[in-house]
Amino acid sequence: MLLSYLPLLIIALFGAGAFYASRARISAAPQRSLPGLPGHYGWYGTLWTVVPATLVYAAWTIIDDQVIRNVVLSDFPDLSGAAATLLYVSIENAAAGVMTDDVPMASVELLLHLENLSAAARFALVTAVSVLGFFWGWRRIRPELTARDRVETALLVALFIASIIAILTTVGIVLSLVVETFRFFQLVSPFEFFFGLEWSPQIALREDQVAASGAFGAVPVFAGTLLITVIAMLVAGPIGLMSAIYLAEYAHPRVRAVIKPLLEILAGIPTVVYGFFAALVLAPSMRNLGVDLGLTISSESALAAGLIMGIMIIPFVSSLSDDIMTAVPMSLREGSYGLGATASETIKRVILPAATPGIVGGFMLAISRAIGETMIVVMAAGLAANLTANPFEAVTTVTVQIATLLVGDHEFDSEKTMAAFALGLTLFIVTLALNVAALRVVQKYSERYE
Amino acid sequence: MVNVSALSDPQPKLVARAVSVYYGGKQALFDIDLDIMSREVTAFIGPSGCGKSTFLRCFNRMNDLIDDCRSTGSMLLDGSDIAGPDVDVVQLRMRIGMVFQKPNPFPKSVYDNVAYGPRLHGMAPTRGDLDEIVETSLRRAGIWDEVKDRVDQPGTSLSGGQQQRLCIARAIAVRPDVLLMDEPCSALDPIATATIEELIDELKSEYTIIIVTHNMQQAARVSQKTAFLNLGRLIEFDETQKIFTNPSEPSTQDYITGRFG
Amino acid sequence: MSSYAATTISSQAAANRLLLRRKRAERRFQLYGILAISAALGFLVVFLASIVSRGYMGFVQTEVRLTVDFDQELIEAGSYRKMLRTSLSELFPNAGSSRAERRTLARLVSAGTVFVLRETVEADPAIIGTVEDVWVLASDPVDQFYKGRIDAALPEEERPISDASLARIAALEAAGRIDLRFNRSFFTRGDSRNPEEAGILAAIVGSALALLVTVVLSFPVGVMTAVYLEAFAPKNRITRLIEININNLAAVPSIVFGLLGLAVFLNVFGLPRSAPISGGLVLSLMTLPTIIISSRAAIRAVPPSFAEAAIGLGASRVQAIFHHVLPAAAPGTLTGAIIGMARALGETAPLLMMGMVAFVVEVPGGFTDPSTVLPAQVYLWADSPERGFAEKTAAATIVLLGFLLVMNGLAVYLRRKFEKQW
Repeated sequence: MLLSYLPLLIIALFGAGAFYASRARISAAPQRSLPGLPGHYGWYGTLWTVVPATLVYAAWTIIDDQVIRNVVLSDFPDLSGAAATLLYVSIENAAAGVMTDDVPMASVELLLHLENLSAAARFALVTAVSVLGFFWGWRRIRPELTARDRVETALLVALFIASIIAILTTVGIVLSLVVETFRFFQLVSPFEFFFGLEWSPQIALREDQVAASGAFGAVPVFAGTLLITVIAMLVAGPIGLMSAIYLAEYAHPRVRAVIKPLLEILAGIPTVVYGFFAALVLAPSMRNLGVDLGLTISSESALAAGLIMGIMIIPFVSSLSDDIMTAVPMSLREGSYGLGATASETIKRVILPAATPGIVGGFMLAISRAIGETMIVVMAAGLAANLTANPFEAVTTVTVQIATLLVGDHEFDSEKTMAAFALGLTLFIVTLALNVAALRVVQKYSERYE
Repeated sequence: MVNVSALSDPQPKLVARAVSVYYGGKQALFDIDLDIMSREVTAFIGPSGCGKSTFLRCFNRMNDLIDDCRSTGSMLLDGSDIAGPDVDVVQLRMRIGMVFQKPNPFPKSVYDNVAYGPRLHGMAPTRGDLDEIVETSLRRAGIWDEVKDRVDQPGTSLSGGQQQRLCIARAIAVRPDVLLMDEPCSALDPIATATIEELIDELKSEYTIIIVTHNMQQAARVSQKTAFLNLGRLIEFDETQKIFTNPSEPSTQDYITGRFG
Repeated sequence: MSSYAATTISSQAAANRLLLRRKRAERRFQLYGILAISAALGFLVVFLASIVSRGYMGFVQTEVRLTVDFDQELIEAGSYRKMLRTSLSELFPNAGSSRAERRTLARLVSAGTVFVLRETVEADPAIIGTVEDVWVLASDPVDQFYKGRIDAALPEEERPISDASLARIAALEAAGRIDLRFNRSFFTRGDSRNPEEAGILAAIVGSALALLVTVVLSFPVGVMTAVYLEAFAPKNRITRLIEININNLAAVPSIVFGLLGLAVFLNVFGLPRSAPISGGLVLSLMTLPTIIISSRAAIRAVPPSFAEAAIGLGASRVQAIFHHVLPAAAPGTLTGAIIGMARALGETAPLLMMGMVAFVVEVPGGFTDPSTVLPAQVYLWADSPERGFAEKTAAATIVLLGFLLVMNGLAVYLRRKFEKQW
């Protein structure tokens, strides 16, 4: 443990030393006007000391696990794939002190030995690179050195690298989803996935089938997602839009200043709390109500999940609609009022038509949010993939399936887990399309009134 | 002082008595008394911020739209109150139309822009009636020949001057008695301005018109009476000719001759 | 002439009717608006009230005062169970001594009482050989009954507590040996299979560790990205690509980030499952867009004259941005970071993928220890069938909402305080 963090400490110490040494060196130089402050020379020295050493440390750390694993497993040439992984995990556990049976002790000792060796080598190498960098930088500290330029260029490079992380994240998401989905589609045909009516990934249909874990027709899952989303929008659409209208057109600014943040609390409540409320408060009382009315309402009905999700996304509808309506120029309102229109006539005939694109954009964002929401449906909707339009029955959704297929499953290569990634890719593409479209619509709209 | 005797015509269309307007705690208009005569053009002039637009907007209660704006005093249209809390602003605005500083056609077709008011007020029971109202209004606003082939196109696609005439057509389509015009030409080029001014001259045979303008030549050209306001007070109100040739108040003289404002 | 008058009158009447109808439509429309807002806010009130009413009792716990003889022999033999049994049967001498009867008696107090007794002795060895009164946790059914959540009028087989136990509770109450006391163990323990012993400390520490990872990673990277995009980025295709990416990432469903974490961090990089380091990593990628977007807004709000003045005095662009613009944008940046952290704190779905929804008894001591987080604890307890957990779920929710309230309150305070100072 100590040996693994010690190199970082060394780097930090040397880096600080380099700063003061370089600054002292330039301050001692007999020069009146320098291309940079003494501090810039200090940072220049620090960069040479810290950056190469840190890169070496990172590279070593990433590579050494793999190398050690290969060396240790080279004693077992006949093992491969999952069996090798299993063995290696048990060797690692044994090395960490968790004793299990039939672990080859020689390998455990080899592993420990190699780990120590690697840590010591890394320490030595990092220290050496650091020292080399220190002297290399220090020697170059001369009054002619354009230290400020160089340090600032380094800083800009760092800023650029930081911004690249956003791209890397997207690439990571797309790659991980696409790779697993591709593997999934080699086992299950895309046609079956997108058009099949039977979804039961947990149960094998026949003993002898190749993908021996069940049916992967995702239509019931998509239909369930759609049903819950429709219910949610039936709640959030009217309530959100009418709230926005009232806040934008009727409410006194002081009332608006109070109500708007209160409404936005609805979007700030963690979704797990909504899920808890839907599952433990709303669903039981709805079932009881159903019993009183002579209706059969499942305790995991689409209705309960959809209602609560609708409430959660009210602010997504109302906030954007409100902004958009407030952006409709006052002159249009005056024109309408000047002709003797009432407030509601002005809203219905002038403001809403003018704001329609923006409102549509807001609805699309809300729909995308509803489709991607997980915890409410995990807790309040069901697991059973019923193909039904009856809101009193239990349905399942894309996100519920992703969560249940992956949680608690340590093996990563079954059709089940790959199916989860295929669902994830579908979800990603649909929400992305909705968002891009919504942003386009809203952008076009805001250009109109600029 | 305001020459009241010159105003004592038997039947003024609009009467303002002791009108004061406040924005929050700040007073914008101070005790204004004024009579507007029927079928005349009355111009309000004065430096910017003098309250002429605020005063104009009192006549059709557009100031109601501003949250912290309140007014005192009495205002009458044909002898009936228009300032009180019980007044139906919808009916009031039907009788007192308004044209705004910037042309503000609705993002609808030319036809729907003009038909907007008549539809609201149920003035045209049949499509034929509506067509007739639209055509008459556009003709009266002097824009029919330019748009008759494209009444289905959006009103926003017209040029600025055409848009403003469309807004005038829209206002007269509900057959008001009075037209309020709040600097109707300030956003237009000189040629469009000339067209609008001619239109105002024609319209005065049927409507009582009040026009706010910062352009003194325009006031002199189109109006019969002129009111000069400064710092929220009515300084002088008289025949336009008299205001521009021989004003009674020295500050009017100063403003007319361009010494301030 | 008269017909003309008649039509005017009738059309006048029609106009009045129309006007009346329009007025009614106006009032109706306004009413819809008020109804919509009332529905949304009404739900908020019902929602919060139902959670508080279910959860506030979770902060107190029924405890029983036992008189325990800390007998040296028993302690040396490690027979704390016998010590407890003795103490209970002294309280209820008529309880009978068959195995079943003894077990029923022991069910009055929490199953963990034996360990509590041992901890008491270990904490204070001077207690050995004395007879002391000790408050111990009552078992879940006793606790739920004492809090009035179990109806004694139900037939015995329909409630989780026997008639005999009810009689004993009454006796304890008469002797002043049973009481509701502040539930300290809720804040000092980790999860437990016994609802009366379950606490949220492990989850709170897990959340704190994960958030620490998140803030350490996403705050600097987010601010650096914002600075780059606002102040230095050339207007080219790469910049456009970065901007589009950030906007889209902000709208990616959180569970997709979980998939990314599972596939990349756990399976490719081999980071530990259920650990704050892995969970925090995923949360930081998720929070990054929020921080970038709000930081950019904060930087943009600083008047360009700040940087221009510095450049005019001979500063480089980098110096102008870092010395003048960034400090002026700091409050806005900080506000965005706090809001991002608040969202990360409430997030569950991606952590579900990262295995951070786990039964964790031990309070995690480091970034690689198995941990759970506060919302995941809510999720786990909400799934548990015991009555006591329903109350604990609501109580944990109150704690979670409390944290969020504080964080968002701080953000609002910062925004108000530093709003438009130039």
